Amino acid sequence: MDILQLLLYGVVLGSIVALGAVGVTLTFGILGFANFAHGDLMAFGAYVALVAYTWLALPLWLALPAAVAATVALALLVDALVFRRFRTRRPIVLLISSFGVALILRSLIQIGFGPGTVLYSTRIQIAERFWGLRVKPDQIVIVALTLVLVVLLHLFLSRTRTGKAMRAMADNPTLARLSGIDTENVIRWTWAIGGALAAVAGVCLGLNSRLSPEMGWFLLLAVFAAAILGGIGRPYGAILGGYVVGICVEMSNLVLPAEYSPVVPFALLVVMLIVRPTGLFAGRSG
Amino acid sequence: MEDVHGGYGEADVLHGVSMRVEAHEVVAIVGSNGAGKSTAMKAVFGLARVSRGRILLDGADIANRQPDRIVREGVCFVPQTENVFPTLSVDENLDIGGFTLKEGVRERKDGVYALFPDLVAKRRQAAGQLSGGQRQMVAMGRALMLRPRLLLLDEPTAGLSPLYMDQIFKIVRDVNATGVAVLMVEQNARQALAIADRGYVLATGRNRHEGTGAELIADPAVAESFLGG
Repeated sequence: MDILQLLLYGVVLGSIVALGAVGVTLTFGILGFANFAHGDLMAFGAYVALVAYTWLALPLWLALPAAVAATVALALLVDALVFRRFRTRRPIVLLISSFGVALILRSLIQIGFGPGTVLYSTRIQIAERFWGLRVKPDQIVIVALTLVLVVLLHLFLSRTRTGKAMRAMADNPTLARLSGIDTENVIRWTWAIGGALAAVAGVCLGLNSRLSPEMGWFLLLAVFAAAILGGIGRPYGAILGGYVVGICVEMSNLVLPAEYSPVVPFALLVVMLIVRPTGLFAGRSG
Repeated sequence: MEDVHGGYGEADVLHGVSMRVEAHEVVAIVGSNGAGKSTAMKAVFGLARVSRGRILLDGADIANRQPDRIVREGVCFVPQTENVFPTLSVDENLDIGGFTLKEGVRERKDGVYALFPDLVAKRRQAAGQLSGGQRQMVAMGRALMLRPRLLLLDEPTAGLSPLYMDQIFKIVRDVNATGVAVLMVEQNARQALAIADRGYVLATGRNRHEGTGAELIADPAVAESFLGG
């Protein structure tokens, strides 16, 4: 029974990691660099929702779209102010500048909200019991929301002109440009989608545990592990990678003391890079 | 193309290449490795620098223009490698080929499938999973979506089995029959010249021989040094 309970927690955590990993993998696929600020975009979204929920007293289902809108705007702003200027430089320049952006965002959150942890609500949630498993309503919302977003993302990538252009650009940027695709427009869409999913992931992370300025930074390793596991640059792989990482982290509680669970994504990452460096589904060189 | 000099970065690879493609013609560029064949073609498409000389398309000089502008002039280029979107399906590859079209994408795709019936059964399959020959068809199909006046093919048969090679050359003729002029660079010189209306033999970045395909094949000097005797 314990195993099933942990599996369930793993699916919840996996949903959050998956939402983050899609953003990281899209950014990598389109722009060619690992965005270290992605975790802090998640934290930013979580704190915007906190402001909307506790200070503006909006219900959470309205605080979420507010967080999404603000995070998308932030991602586009950061691109215009920082990443856009380094577009033609080597990826390492972008990677380092994303470190800078990450530090700035995290510090801004600390200045605004202090270094401590915060909860969305101190109201105690009664866990429902299904077949002997404890499930909190928030956890159902997190998993359901993720599934809806994954379906929407799939429809966007497979059905729309912009979605196809995005996949084409991730596949072969030169050929995409030669085919007349407006690459700057695709880049804006990438940030918008990555930012939106990061905001949702951040809010879900806050709901699932608590908010802290480092919440996104701490999750970033798990998010990167998921993206690499899924074959970097592949959104569907990143989603699956997210669930693999989430489930492994929670399952590790069976054999490891809980304090060691942050090591699990790192271990997965190391094993993966040794055994199958292109990801479970063969990476982007494909 | 008149007396074109150029190359990549600082160094020139081309030292005065001139050639001409008439509408409805298939023209082959052959020559040994490093002769500047691919560079000459890339110069036409704005992928290699032109430092001297002119490249005229219906009288307008297109030398050193950006590739996306040259595409809009009706010239499409099929690179030798990485010429498809591997994780996109065949159908989606063609969609991207017609990305700049406002309408008529479906009709043009039907046209491409009529030309490459082998691809019909594969239309939902990822292009990266296809055989080399089929991938070459997707690459050409993608370029044909814009109904170019001139199609540039960089070694379309490189790495293909003889069976596919014949098929690709036949397709080049079929494409040409639809009214598209074709300029192709080829290692398989004898076969390429056999189907070409005219050919150019380049050596060390300069014109060495030119003539109709048949003339070049029959020329003992060409045969000895470039067609493997």
